[in-house]
Amino acid sequence: MLTCKEVSLLVSQSLDRRLSWRERLGVRLHLLMCEACTRFALQMRFLRTAMRRVRNDTSPADTRLSLQARERIAQALQRGR
Amino acid sequence: MEDAPQATALSPPETWLDGHGDDLFRYAYLRLGDRSEAEDLVQDTLLAALAASHRFTGRSSERTWLIGILKHKLADHWRRRAWSAPLAPPTDPDSPETDDLLETLFAVEGGDHWRMAPTAWPDPDAALEQKEFWRILTDCIAQLPPRQARAFCLRELDGLESEEMCKVLGAAPTNVWVLLHRARLRLGQCLEHRWFGRETGR
Repeated sequence: MLTCKEVSLLVSQSLDRRLSWRERLGVRLHLLMCEACTRFALQMRFLRTAMRRVRNDTSPADTRLSLQARERIAQALQRGR
Repeated sequence: MEDAPQATALSPPETWLDGHGDDLFRYAYLRLGDRSEAEDLVQDTLLAALAASHRFTGRSSERTWLIGILKHKLADHWRRRAWSAPLAPPTDPDSPETDDLLETLFAVEGGDHWRMAPTAWPDPDAALEQKEFWRILTDCIAQLPPRQARAFCLRELDGLESEEMCKVLGAAPTNVWVLLHRARLRLGQCLEHRWFGRETGR
């Protein structure tokens, strides 16, 4: 039987590679019996969703240059020419 | 995809800030988590681009070229952070051999179960609609040990697959996956404490 530590690693790896059928089975059996790891798996899925939103720029995060920063950089570029 | 018959020229440098400033800033800020650090990086990038403009071949787009310069500066930043610790602390979170994160989270004596079970996050989708959540997530990413931060951003922001990540990081696949695992564990902890309110019971 897999430990929580091992399952947490496999859950993370499932986001980066295809697990073997044996690995998938081991994880599934563990998750059936382990509330903690199930919650962890959900947290990781949420994290992946959140990061996708950032990538697609569909989050409300403010990621634009402020006006002051723009002016400051513009001046620095002037001086640098 | 651009495939112009002849090399395209750069637009006048005076237009770079207007045309690319926000995109460059966004790229830097999502990885650094600090607005003024990101602003500095944008400035450094545009200055470096000015100096190197004669080397632009036109084979890539102007945007790609500028982002490429920014990526180099980011890599330098992460490298400096990784090496800037004056003394290697007894637990160096950037060294899998000494990072005690896994020992902290999992009880070896109990068969490697969670010491503190991850909580059920209340209404996580609602968090995605809130600006403050994104500020905290960005900050959590920026707080990661440098190698983990870099790996996580390459994977989740740049969308690199394992093979490319191995090349960029100069690491074997298992090492890359360990870096990502540790980054994700840390981010889970960070979000649990700072947003989903384990301690405060929010």
